[in-house]
Amino acid sequence: MARGLFAESGADLKLVGVRKQFPGYTAVEELDLTVPAGTFFALLGPSGCGKTTTLRLVAGLEEPTAGRILIGGTDVTDTKPYRRPVNTVFQSYALFPHMTVLENVAFGLRRRGIGDPVEKAHAALRLVELDHLADRKPAQLSGGQQQRVALARAVVNRPALLLLDEPLGALDLKLRRQMQLELKNIQSEVGLTFVHVTHDQEEAMTMADTVAVMNRGRIEQIGAPEEIYELPRTAFVANFLGQSNLFGGTVAESGSGAFGVDVAGRRILVPIDRAQRTTGAVTVGVRPEKLLLVTEEPAPMAGVNVLGPGRVTDVSFSGVSTQYLIDVPHVGTVIVFAQNLVFGPVVEPGAEVWVTWRVEHGFGLADAPAASALEQAHEALVSGVEG
Amino acid sequence: MSGQNQAGLVLGQEIGAEEQAPARRPGRVGIGVGKWLLPVYCTLALIFLLIPIVYTIVFSFNDSVRTNISWRGFTLDNWLGVCNEPGVCEAFGNSILIGVSATVIATVLGTMIAIALVRYRFKFRAATNLLLFLPMATPEVVMGAGLAAQFLTAGVPKGIGTIIVAHAMFCLSFVVVTVKARVASLDPALEDAGRDLYGSPSQVFWRITFPLLVPGILAAALLSFSLSFDDFIITYFNSGAVNTFPTFIYTAATRGIPAEANVIASAVFLLAIAVVLIGQLSANARRKRAAIR
Repeated sequence: MARGLFAESGADLKLVGVRKQFPGYTAVEELDLTVPAGTFFALLGPSGCGKTTTLRLVAGLEEPTAGRILIGGTDVTDTKPYRRPVNTVFQSYALFPHMTVLENVAFGLRRRGIGDPVEKAHAALRLVELDHLADRKPAQLSGGQQQRVALARAVVNRPALLLLDEPLGALDLKLRRQMQLELKNIQSEVGLTFVHVTHDQEEAMTMADTVAVMNRGRIEQIGAPEEIYELPRTAFVANFLGQSNLFGGTVAESGSGAFGVDVAGRRILVPIDRAQRTTGAVTVGVRPEKLLLVTEEPAPMAGVNVLGPGRVTDVSFSGVSTQYLIDVPHVGTVIVFAQNLVFGPVVEPGAEVWVTWRVEHGFGLADAPAASALEQAHEALVSGVEG
Repeated sequence: MSGQNQAGLVLGQEIGAEEQAPARRPGRVGIGVGKWLLPVYCTLALIFLLIPIVYTIVFSFNDSVRTNISWRGFTLDNWLGVCNEPGVCEAFGNSILIGVSATVIATVLGTMIAIALVRYRFKFRAATNLLLFLPMATPEVVMGAGLAAQFLTAGVPKGIGTIIVAHAMFCLSFVVVTVKARVASLDPALEDAGRDLYGSPSQVFWRITFPLLVPGILAAALLSFSLSFDDFIITYFNSGAVNTFPTFIYTAATRGIPAEANVIASAVFLLAIAVVLIGQLSANARRKRAAIR
């Protein structure tokens, strides 16, 4: 692809103590954030968590109440949006309906008086494989095509920073997966810094180098996708990014590498270096796919945690895996994802089972113990659905 | 509001309805009465609506002497020498001048007010909304008399100027209502995208906001012009010695309307029909072009 056309590289983005208040509520509270140049950064959170406001602050479409915004080391907090080296792909695409696709893409180049706007617009349209539709009006394109035009219209300007505001939200699942791959390819091809806002945790994890999970105007955790997934620090992250089994208990013993927590009469061991709190009342957790389902009480074994007995309340088969819901007395519902190694589910609802997992797979959260893991799972699920 | 403009609009709708009717018919099973009742009703309604217009057009060709009431024979003299009758063309010219001026003033101000009302939150926004509604709700007689009293108190001599001010005032409300609907349906993200793509505020307005508002602004301007051209009551109170086309017809009616007035009325009617037809045809052509692609 015409690499010469897009020769510059992206710039880094820095938010320092950024806060945004609207009349009656605070959308963003004390945000400190650094996005390294040339990376794909995802802001993940439920709707109303402040992620779109954050994006609009960076684009200059909103003014922060406090704090500074720096792009490539330059303070742009007081710079008007049309003077910032930033372009946005809007959630609704916001293509200008009275202009052709080509005019839409050339709009930014023309405003800045850049030479050969038509030629460059064609090049950008070739990048998204839509050059043959350059003379159409946006209304004559499908949703996926409109999305690609919106992307071309932003990328053609070679912004230091490309902001994506849930641009895949309106597409169906199959098209969405395809566009995710294309976006990722284009990002590595043009080498820009992408900041992608989404409420889809799968999208954030598959596309981004770094994910920041936002909740109620704050960033709860930031890191590589696998890092956040394997070691969530808060109950919100544990349940918004995938699912988690969370257990509340009191620390009863503290060893050299792990500490013991009493959960419903069982001693659960958690590695000290995977826990945010190691004393008093704590919440510990484990991912559902790390759990093993056994139908006979397992013999105590070093390095393995056991919960149970419990009763299977629900079995749902999804092809690749089977999800079991197990009601464990005094603990609540435990979710187990079992890979479909044999043909179909291994136990029926009503069966008595135990769950086990390796000590090193557990994690300890920063939150105080909540009423039940299920409630939190439900809360995360509801906020995820709303988003 | 009555007269040629309204009749023209109604006729325009009838034409549209007739076009749609054949497409519906195959799906319907006629049961006796229904088969002829609707066509008869439609024909009667059309005749009822068309009679005054046809009368006006036919009598514009009447070889009248002093009054234009009885048919005395066909002539083209009225059409060829339309300005021979004193006052007709002057009144018509005044109406055009007033209509255009009031439309320009009301459209420019009204468009700006509509954008402000939809896009911005400011003090007295609700009060402005209410005040704009008042001229539409107030009886024209009251408004005309009120304005006349005001001009008298302020010592402004009545004439074309006072008529333009009065017309611009009541047209303003209609412009704001029409354009406001258009602004409200405009996705604010489009303007955001314009700013994001390096458009300065004035570039965003002239290249994005304004072109997208044009249909609404044009509709508002047409409405303004027809309201102004048609207005009698408010004009009558504030015109002084100046005659507009409606006031001329009114005063002429007492001693017999000259055939030249029929000529102008017919011409205005035919022009309005032509505008509607051209609009529909070009819209059809656009749709066809879009379908071919």
